[in-house]
Amino acid sequence: MASLGMNDIRAGAKILLDNDPCVVVEADLVKPGKGQAFTRIKYRNFKTGKVLERTFKASDSAEAADVVDTEMQYLYNDGEHFYFMDPVSYEQVGADAAAVGDAAPWLKEQDMCTVTLWNGTPLMVAPPNFVELRVVETDPGVRGDTASGGTKPAVLETGATVKVPLFLEQEEVIRVDTRTGEYVGRVKD
Amino acid sequence: MKEGAGSHWRPLAGTPLLRLRARMLADIRGFFAARDVMEVETPLLGRHAVTDPHIASFDVPVADGAPGTTVLRHLQTSPEFAMKRLLAAGSGDIYQVCKAFRDGEAGSRHNPEFTLVEWYRTGFDHRDLMAEAAELVAKLLARPVSWVCRGYDEVLGELAGLPPREAPLMELGERAVHLGLHPDALDGMDRDDLLDFVFSTVVQPQLGHGRLDVVDRYPPPQAALARVIDDGGGPVAERFELFYEGLELANGYHELADPHEQERRMTTDRERRRARGLPDRTVDERLLAALEAGLPDCAGVALGFDRLLMLRSGETDIRRVLAFPYERA
Repeated sequence: MASLGMNDIRAGAKILLDNDPCVVVEADLVKPGKGQAFTRIKYRNFKTGKVLERTFKASDSAEAADVVDTEMQYLYNDGEHFYFMDPVSYEQVGADAAAVGDAAPWLKEQDMCTVTLWNGTPLMVAPPNFVELRVVETDPGVRGDTASGGTKPAVLETGATVKVPLFLEQEEVIRVDTRTGEYVGRVKD
Repeated sequence: MKEGAGSHWRPLAGTPLLRLRARMLADIRGFFAARDVMEVETPLLGRHAVTDPHIASFDVPVADGAPGTTVLRHLQTSPEFAMKRLLAAGSGDIYQVCKAFRDGEAGSRHNPEFTLVEWYRTGFDHRDLMAEAAELVAKLLARPVSWVCRGYDEVLGELAGLPPREAPLMELGERAVHLGLHPDALDGMDRDDLLDFVFSTVVQPQLGHGRLDVVDRYPPPQAALARVIDDGGGPVAERFELFYEGLELANGYHELADPHEQERRMTTDRERRRARGLPDRTVDERLLAALEAGLPDCAGVALGFDRLLMLRSGETDIRRVLAFPYERA
């Protein structure tokens, strides 16, 4: 893997620090007018999710990490791993719960997700911004109540629970924003 | 810098900031005119680059008479050497507002080309000059600011709990790692590099709150171009730096006038450069000749003008006070 000079490290750079893949969040030069130049970087460790700060000499270098975001189709989960397929190569990878994290309740079979791979191993999974999911459990709909603004909980086919308007019925399909976990609208067949 | 490429022709600093910059430049010229200090200009493209191993010059190939041949000249990292040649030639008190260039220095507080205000006062020592520098800074900040001067050892002891001269190197290294230096970065760092780290990480952010903080009496290896004297407690450099709101604003010296000592320091710099695998820099023999001819007893200081504008306007990123910072040049 290529080596990156600290001077060339910018926000977004993916580097290997203490053998873990990390993404640089912020990098800045710290230098007394007449003294040693340092580069202070703030970075997120992909494995732990932790954001840390470390300082290097500006003349130091770090190894680039082979971390790439790949669009992959979610296939299924076997209770231990979530499986994704590259639609071009048909290659499959299994992501564990740590990599899937908060994305789990939004994963619907056949949906395209962004899987962050490090040397081919999934580090992180991001669901699509919007998913369409069927309501499997909710109180009976209140007919015609489209204006009161009231909500009720609804359990979706993936197990996620979202707040939906009172008029919604079981078995209806809704659109959810996965970034906020909020109901966006009803999907008509 | 989130704007699309389409808007990148525009200046980053808005017109009110550019107007403030212009007004502050006029104030500087007024300040020196009132004190009978003469404005001068010196070459930006110099024959020599500074030997200081921590300062990188831009090398510029320049046509040299014979067709197709070039020689390297260097964008100046400070106008100091040329201004000392003027002083040795009898200019009297002088100041300059100019661009200085330092390769690799880009960040929220650095731009590879920046504006310096540099001045020299004959018959002043560094103590006289720090008072004048504090006065100019207060005038440019347009607020009454008092100042306090403390020694380098004293601030490191007080603000970082560190005796800089006695602390064993190992302990300094451990301290630096504890403060966030990556252990791999320790490789090749000497005592002064470690002190630079502790100073910029722990001490500097605490300086200049509600007043100007001046630090002086630097350890001799950090003398740069200042005289070294024995103040009774051992050798110290007659150098000072001025800090406000955690920003390094100015660096000044009771100027070294001894040509032999000057040459010795340049030779040491070149050895350190060699050891670090940095490009060699030749000795500016015209500076040495000027010192040989006689530099009047004087003190000089360089003030970072763009940082002063940051403080005056409340901007926290230097790029915001420049019309066209490096990324947008």
